[in-house]
Amino acid sequence: MNNLIALIPAFPFLGFLLLFLIGRQLPKPFIAWIGAGTVCAAAVLVLLLGIQFLQAPPADGAYTQTLWQWLSTGHFSCAFRFRIDALSLVFVFVITFVGALIHLYSVAFMKEDRDYARFFASMNLFVFAMLVLVMADNLLLLYLGWEGVGLCSYLLIGFWYETPANCRAANKAFYITRIGDTAMAIGLFLLFKELGTLTIPDILNASPTHFQQGASNTTLIALLLLAGGMGKSAQLPLQTWLPDAMAGPSPVSALIHAATMVTAGVYLIARMHVVFQLSPLAMAATAVVGGLTLLVAGFSAMVQTDIKRILAYSTISQIGYMFLALGVGAWSAAIFHFFTHAFFKALLFLAAGVVIESLHHEHNIFRMGGLKNRLPLVFKTFLAGAAALAALPFVSSGFYSKDQILWYTWSAGGGSPVLWMLGISGALITAFYTARLVIVVFYGEMKTPVSTYPAKLMTVPLVILAVLSVVAGFVEWPHNILHLSLFSELVQKVLPATILRTGIPSEIVFQGIAILLTLTGIYSGYYLYYRNTHVIGQWQQKPAFVAVRNFFFSGWGFDRLYNTVFVKPFVWMTDLNKTDFFDQINKGLASGSRQLNRWFSYSQNGSLRWYVAGVLVGVLFILTLQLFV
Amino acid sequence: MPFNSQTVLIVAAILFALGLVGVLTRKNIIFILISVEIMLNAAGLAFVAAGMRWGQPDGQIMFLFVLAMAAAEVSVGLALVLQAHHQYRSLDIDQMKALKDEVPG
Repeated sequence: MNNLIALIPAFPFLGFLLLFLIGRQLPKPFIAWIGAGTVCAAAVLVLLLGIQFLQAPPADGAYTQTLWQWLSTGHFSCAFRFRIDALSLVFVFVITFVGALIHLYSVAFMKEDRDYARFFASMNLFVFAMLVLVMADNLLLLYLGWEGVGLCSYLLIGFWYETPANCRAANKAFYITRIGDTAMAIGLFLLFKELGTLTIPDILNASPTHFQQGASNTTLIALLLLAGGMGKSAQLPLQTWLPDAMAGPSPVSALIHAATMVTAGVYLIARMHVVFQLSPLAMAATAVVGGLTLLVAGFSAMVQTDIKRILAYSTISQIGYMFLALGVGAWSAAIFHFFTHAFFKALLFLAAGVVIESLHHEHNIFRMGGLKNRLPLVFKTFLAGAAALAALPFVSSGFYSKDQILWYTWSAGGGSPVLWMLGISGALITAFYTARLVIVVFYGEMKTPVSTYPAKLMTVPLVILAVLSVVAGFVEWPHNILHLSLFSELVQKVLPATILRTGIPSEIVFQGIAILLTLTGIYSGYYLYYRNTHVIGQWQQKPAFVAVRNFFFSGWGFDRLYNTVFVKPFVWMTDLNKTDFFDQINKGLASGSRQLNRWFSYSQNGSLRWYVAGVLVGVLFILTLQLFV
Repeated sequence: MPFNSQTVLIVAAILFALGLVGVLTRKNIIFILISVEIMLNAAGLAFVAAGMRWGQPDGQIMFLFVLAMAAAEVSVGLALVLQAHHQYRSLDIDQMKALKDEVPG
């Protein structure tokens, strides 16, 4: 099996090469077979690998395969080597499996698009880059994948490039993630300077002896890596790109901006957990960033009207939960939430894509409504995803992962009541906006007639993901209910177990509060948007309510803030230098020589006697110099 | 007869100046060539006088070189003159300005 793991990224890469080079000439069914087929092949391979990994774990806990020596200069050498351990396996599984379902869905979803080949080429390249990211054995290769997914994200957000707004969204995503990427690159340089290696197992082994607990260089490295993760995973204050990234096609939002790429930051922090554990400050920063982000994004999701923007803000919020869990030291809980979130959020985006397409590309949820009977299958699957998002007790995967996080935010080593308060209020808000979304879109009266019905190839992935959204949580139960923790046992081969504090109230109390608040959130959504819709109408008369609503709607004014603080001064500076001072120096040189040329041209007048006189003057000049010097 | 190299050098300088003035003022190519010959001979005279002054044969050898060179130069020069006359139907140097540079705008 060791020699096969390189085939997993090789398949999508092959698909990308074929579609990139000759995709234009191929007929559409052929493109679909290549685009979806290669990812499906990778998924099958991962399933086989995963079964083998679980049945007979490798001796050192990981499969490795070295392809070739990449760089070797002085003390630094870096191999093109893939490594799959338990943590990578979870990510690889989600990327290929969810990726394959989304590719199948896209075959039907993008059927009418003229750039069919370009779409699948970019998607395959994305899957390849993401696999490189999570399978990399060293941080340099990880960084290659990290930038690769950034590129694909840019290409796919701006996929419909003829609309200027889409290009702006793509640029924005690229710039803002670049801020994080730069911080991360500096972090990698520092790490190399300290340890002299970028190979991940070496770093994890060497860090505890090399770094001191809480030393400033450790903290700096950890914070820089955290900043990288914040950019990629759209955490405060670099979260503004993700809502705009919804300009891309829905399968792109599902794959890149919900299930996989945006969780790369979670992967990075989990991967570098040893470095983070050595810095209590960085851990606390991670937890606070996650806790604040989940609330800020949750409030924004409550008031959005665009179905995809609601889901985008909820994605930011859910990744906030993962960061919160990482920050308090609940490593496996964060990865578990990533695992369940990938299924239910991909499902929600795909279902939203069907809804949008069925209603003539209508994005506004208040012009939808009454779709429960018109699109019953989409309704049922969407409901399964929404239940998981709202963490509906016991029947949804989201409950099991979020409950674990909420419990650990208080009880784990880095936890505190304040963080738990942030998490629990986020749970209430999540339940509320999820209920609002489902009720407004699927209940009530129909406002836009359904024009098209989804093809079978689109509904089958929905059903599979809906089943997974319900059952994926059953592999890990709360400890006080059932002793079944398959998932944490798997990832704790790589990640440290969560250390609990002592003197904590019983777990059942926290579960009770969480369940109660979730149900309250769902009920208030039901009450305000189904039972007593006039209450909202009354509130909308009040200017204070409208002001708060607009503030949340604009994403807490972050865009306006950045526009005033960064964009406008920069534009002003470039405006000042419109004539480009440094260009003037070069232009002066050029025009000066041209003028000299004009003058000397007069001396080249074709008269022999003039030239002789010139020679004579020159000779006399030199002789005079000889006489007097 | 007493030999005074200074006198000879002055004569050579006068000859050279005459030749130079001829090159600068004459319009006819043939006369320009003759003036060049005069300058060559002035230089040769200076060489010979210098050789006499130091009692060395080098000056006279140099003059032989100058003579040979002048012969070669005249043959090429006259061939060019013939060609020029063929092309321009004139021997006026002021009419031959084909190599004048166009002054850029």
